Amino acid sequence: MNHLFRLSAGLLRSGTSGLYRRGPVPEGHVSLVVARLFSSEPENSELGQLIKKDKVVVFIKGTPAQPMCGFSNAVVQILRMHGVDDYASYNVLEDQDLRQGVKNFSNWPTIPQVYFNGEFVGGCDILLQMHQNGDLVEELKKLGIHSALLDANKDEQKK
Amino acid sequence: MSITAESLRNKLTAEMGAVHVEVEDTTTDHCSTSFKVLIVCPQFEGKPLLQRHRMVNTCLAEELKEIHAFEQKTLTPEQWEKQKAE
Repeated sequence: MNHLFRLSAGLLRSGTSGLYRRGPVPEGHVSLVVARLFSSEPENSELGQLIKKDKVVVFIKGTPAQPMCGFSNAVVQILRMHGVDDYASYNVLEDQDLRQGVKNFSNWPTIPQVYFNGEFVGGCDILLQMHQNGDLVEELKKLGIHSALLDANKDEQKK
Repeated sequence: MSITAESLRNKLTAEMGAVHVEVEDTTTDHCSTSFKVLIVCPQFEGKPLLQRHRMVNTCLAEELKEIHAFEQKTLTPEQWEKQKAE
């Protein structure tokens, strides 16, 4: 069990509310819930499962209907522009363990975070650049998603 | 450790061999420590966006623990020249 405590203690370095504290342990605050979530095999952990459940998965601050941060909003808007509205969105503001956990899982320091087909794509900057240089349309196509912008372009050409 | 635009710029230049770095302190826009950086580095050549950003993240790993929001633009010298010409 010791390695689990060490792993969890590391994850909780940023501090949690101690909601899940379960009694005295060597390194102080350890959440057994977190220990369960982030097992020693990340691919099989709950987060590992979560990112594979849907083709497009985003971790943002807030919700698609009400983003709570400019960068998270940008991700939502870009997806909307491409007509992608069937995607999984997780609000890290609701869950501090998720907020830190996903940063550790992706080895990426900030939110928002975007996953396509279980693979980490990047944050808002990367999504924006992919949108601007046409890569996003291509990546969506690989996922079997037809970007709405392709239709918009066709309409433009008809005129 | 006090993070400033200057300290970030120095670290990126020294550790990544960046040929051009612009760091903007965007803290006032976000209510907590935030920065926007442009890094032009020949080491980005041939690397996809994600890999470039991860290189920067690794270089600034210590600082990023304190930074709340971080935007980055990573260009090769060739892309930088092209962008300047536009």
